[in-house]
Amino acid sequence: MAHSGISVLFEGTNFMRLLGGLWVTVKIAAVALIFGIILGIILGVLRTFKNRPLRVVLRLYLEFFRVVPTVVLLFLFYYILPRQMNFNLPADQLATLVFVLWVGAEMSDIVRGALISVPRHQIESGKAIGLNRFQLYRYVLIPQSLTLEIPATINLATRVIKTTSILLLISVMDVINIGQQIIEANNHTYPTGVFWVYGLIFLFYFLIDYPLSWWAKRLEKRRLEKANG
Amino acid sequence: MSWAIIQQSLPMFGKGFELTLWLSFVGIIGSIVVGLICSLVQYFRVPVFRQIASVYVEISRNTPLLIQLFFLYYAFPVLGIKFGAQLCGIIGLIFLGGSYMAEGFTGGFNGVSKSQVESGKAIGLSRWQLARYVVFPQGFSLSVPAMAANVIFLIKETSIFTVIAIPELTNTALDLIGMYYRSNEYLFVLVIAYAIILVPLSIILTLLEKRVRYGTFGN
Repeated sequence: MAHSGISVLFEGTNFMRLLGGLWVTVKIAAVALIFGIILGIILGVLRTFKNRPLRVVLRLYLEFFRVVPTVVLLFLFYYILPRQMNFNLPADQLATLVFVLWVGAEMSDIVRGALISVPRHQIESGKAIGLNRFQLYRYVLIPQSLTLEIPATINLATRVIKTTSILLLISVMDVINIGQQIIEANNHTYPTGVFWVYGLIFLFYFLIDYPLSWWAKRLEKRRLEKANG
Repeated sequence: MSWAIIQQSLPMFGKGFELTLWLSFVGIIGSIVVGLICSLVQYFRVPVFRQIASVYVEISRNTPLLIQLFFLYYAFPVLGIKFGAQLCGIIGLIFLGGSYMAEGFTGGFNGVSKSQVESGKAIGLSRWQLARYVVFPQGFSLSVPAMAANVIFLIKETSIFTVIAIPELTNTALDLIGMYYRSNEYLFVLVIAYAIILVPLSIILTLLEKRVRYGTFGN
């Protein structure tokens, strides 16, 4: 072999370009998570209210974002927003928007699930000492539901990071897209470059997601130990 | 939105629909088999295989299917290993799904209450009898909701097959949009097609969760 394939990673600015692509990926995931989690907490709290029409609407929103695959959601927004509503966004912002709405839907279910699993006597005790609805959420329900929510939210974050891989489909310059460009540009000099470039991207994703999953698992284990003694 | 265009596209979507169902079916069956093997190996603490299973689970769960597919489809041929696109899709889906199913089964086995396991030990059951008569029957039913959730997840993940040009539902829609530029109609059919597959499954999942909850808490 005249050239070892792995050197394709260090040719010119290739490695820095891949890191730059990774940064785009991480940035979109982070922004989507921050706004999506805020949206999800609001929607999740609203879904525990007794107002029936509100609950139905929010449930439908959740089911829509849950049933339709994320790839399809991305294309729905990609094609329909500009053509039907004359609303043009650059691809990375559009992707962020889709991810925010998707994270919001998933998060609302995590928050609702955690809130309704706080034992009933806690709510009744809170009411008995005269807490109003806001105080009940602020001092009783939300603090107690957090130990349930945090591991699930970290797992959601790992899913969001993995799902950013589909950004390639709407031509966002993410790490995979840049990887493909490098592979194509170096195909002649480094025929085995494809192996190393995809291998590195594989590793990038693993290095981001593995610590997060590990952390979520540990928190979950600790919660169960506390709950079951 | 034009109905004529939708009607014309239906035969093509029908093919995509069949392919999505077929690939999902094979992928899910394979995932259950792989997941079961991994979780049993971990449950019985089989040396070496247990470590292999846990390394596999971590790698598979913490990387995106898209990159797994690219690796199989574009990088493996460099090593002299070549698969067709559909086979790559199935292998990728099983590689991904196996770990999710394994976690589901393991979660079920661990969810069997301690008092059950201790009672079994107290009446002198052997390790195998304990697994056969106490842990597995209860553990499997506890893992059913996780399994159903994974089935839905894996069917949705088949939409990523479009990146290696497998003509399943999403790929069919994107192809048609590319050719005729009628995004509304084709996206509409696409969403409906996924809804036909996934809405009933989602309802079944909710019912299963309720049943397991009822079995555990009685309310």
